[in-house]
Amino acid sequence: MPYTRKPAVAGWFTGEGDDFRLLGTRCTACGSVFFPREDVHCRNPHCAGGTLEEVPLSPRGRIWSYTDSRYRPPSPFVSDPELPWEPYALIAVELEAERIVVLGQAAPGVTVAELTVGMEVRVVPGVLQEDGDTRTVWTVWHWRPTGVAA
Amino acid sequence: MTTDVAVLGAGMHPWGKWGRSFVEYGTAAARAALADAGLHWRDVGSVVGADTVRGGYPGHVAGATFARALGWQGARVTSVYAACASGAQAVTTARAQILAGLADVVLVVGADAAPKGFLRPAGGDRPDDPDWLRFRLLGATNPAYFGLYARRRMAVHGDTPEDFALVKVKNAALGALNPYARYRKRVTAEEVAASAVVADPLRLLDICATSDGGAALVLSSLDFAHRHGATRPVRIRAVSTVTPRFPNTVLDLPDIATDSAVAVAPPAQTFRASIAGAAYEEAGIGPEDLSLAEVYDLSTALELQWYEDLGLCGEGEGAKLLREGATAPGGRTPVNTSGGLASFGEAVPAQAIAQVCELTWQLRGAAGDRQVAGARVGITANQGLFGHGSAVVAVR
Repeated sequence: MPYTRKPAVAGWFTGEGDDFRLLGTRCTACGSVFFPREDVHCRNPHCAGGTLEEVPLSPRGRIWSYTDSRYRPPSPFVSDPELPWEPYALIAVELEAERIVVLGQAAPGVTVAELTVGMEVRVVPGVLQEDGDTRTVWTVWHWRPTGVAA
Repeated sequence: MTTDVAVLGAGMHPWGKWGRSFVEYGTAAARAALADAGLHWRDVGSVVGADTVRGGYPGHVAGATFARALGWQGARVTSVYAACASGAQAVTTARAQILAGLADVVLVVGADAAPKGFLRPAGGDRPDDPDWLRFRLLGATNPAYFGLYARRRMAVHGDTPEDFALVKVKNAALGALNPYARYRKRVTAEEVAASAVVADPLRLLDICATSDGGAALVLSSLDFAHRHGATRPVRIRAVSTVTPRFPNTVLDLPDIATDSAVAVAPPAQTFRASIAGAAYEEAGIGPEDLSLAEVYDLSTALELQWYEDLGLCGEGEGAKLLREGATAPGGRTPVNTSGGLASFGEAVPAQAIAQVCELTWQLRGAAGDRQVAGARVGITANQGLFGHGSAVVAVR
């Protein structure tokens, strides 16, 4: 039976390949952008509250900071305890147009040694977990350097 | 009218990994604080417990659990939870009850029995909980956030891993002098540098452990203190429990993203700076008045951040302040004379109370080999998950 791809969280991202985007919401009254999406009421205390409309976030941003996880994170993170732990990088990215910083895992193989604060990255589709029992590939967003330096 | 309340007693159970119940640690700390105050448990009109979630939530709630263990005597009870800031919430609740005339004497208790390894959210499938989501989607542990802050400081301010290690060296030397600390050995910069990387650029000895421990305070009105014969007690002058202001533009645990600053300019002060700012304003003092400070050194780099957020130095000058010795014993404003989280490890609901215990002993001149000469004014600062500010100003 083939694997089915499913988002690990509903409504936070959309698209494939170059069209992959994070999805947030924007208040039609004040313009504040929310990620993760805010669907009930604008959280700007100066705003009377408008309709919240879904918007794709900028695909590219600059690294605000980065780190990695040298030890296996605990549940609810899922990893195979039978396999040796492979550290991955985490990148916090500043999106200029939205003036927001969004955290995400780096694409597989990207290590902290090749990152610098201010470097450009873009959002790409990634895999969080392949669940053999349910034949499900749980998808998520990753950040990948574009090659544009700080 | 004064809004001070008196600290009549302070008590702790030593921090460690004792493998026993949080009730035992909290009760031992409470009995020590009552003995220190020269009061009996039956004299207490209200008990405020800082909750431990891991201790058995939702059934094993702190305030009444401690009251039961000490022996039911009918006291008013309150239980509060604000993650790492729970202790400050307990202190502010006790203070409000005293100032409102609801109780003369209030016992504040916090204790925890910490799990092994990373702190993590309770079990279950909770995709609407940001704390659950950051683990599920990113595997972003608390040290990962500490690593992000540390790397940001290195990039923006030029801090180095060697600067961070010197915070551990300072705090370990102080912890070696504190009988309540879990780690009582001096540490060298070389030992920090040789410890394993946990979350780049931070190493094991840059990051605080999780511990068992308990701390308690006996607070009273000044009138009661005077009647009781405490002529010059330590006084709590301010308690800050502020929340952030929108847009909060510093990525904060457990969030996956910051607020957007596209519609509203960020506030002049960051959240952490506003925690201290509110305490200073309420106490009518400034950073220049401080004899000492106890700050939440979840990581070595974070202690440097607190120097700046407390206004001990300008932005980006934390490492310089440390290297000048200003925050070491004998310096202008010694920081974490208790040894800090570096020497204690975090016992979440007890920690903000333990910070006030250290201020109390310092302001009484009873801190032994850790004593800051002539200490008159101290501040604690801390920050709880989800936007809970915490700072206490004590004076004598």
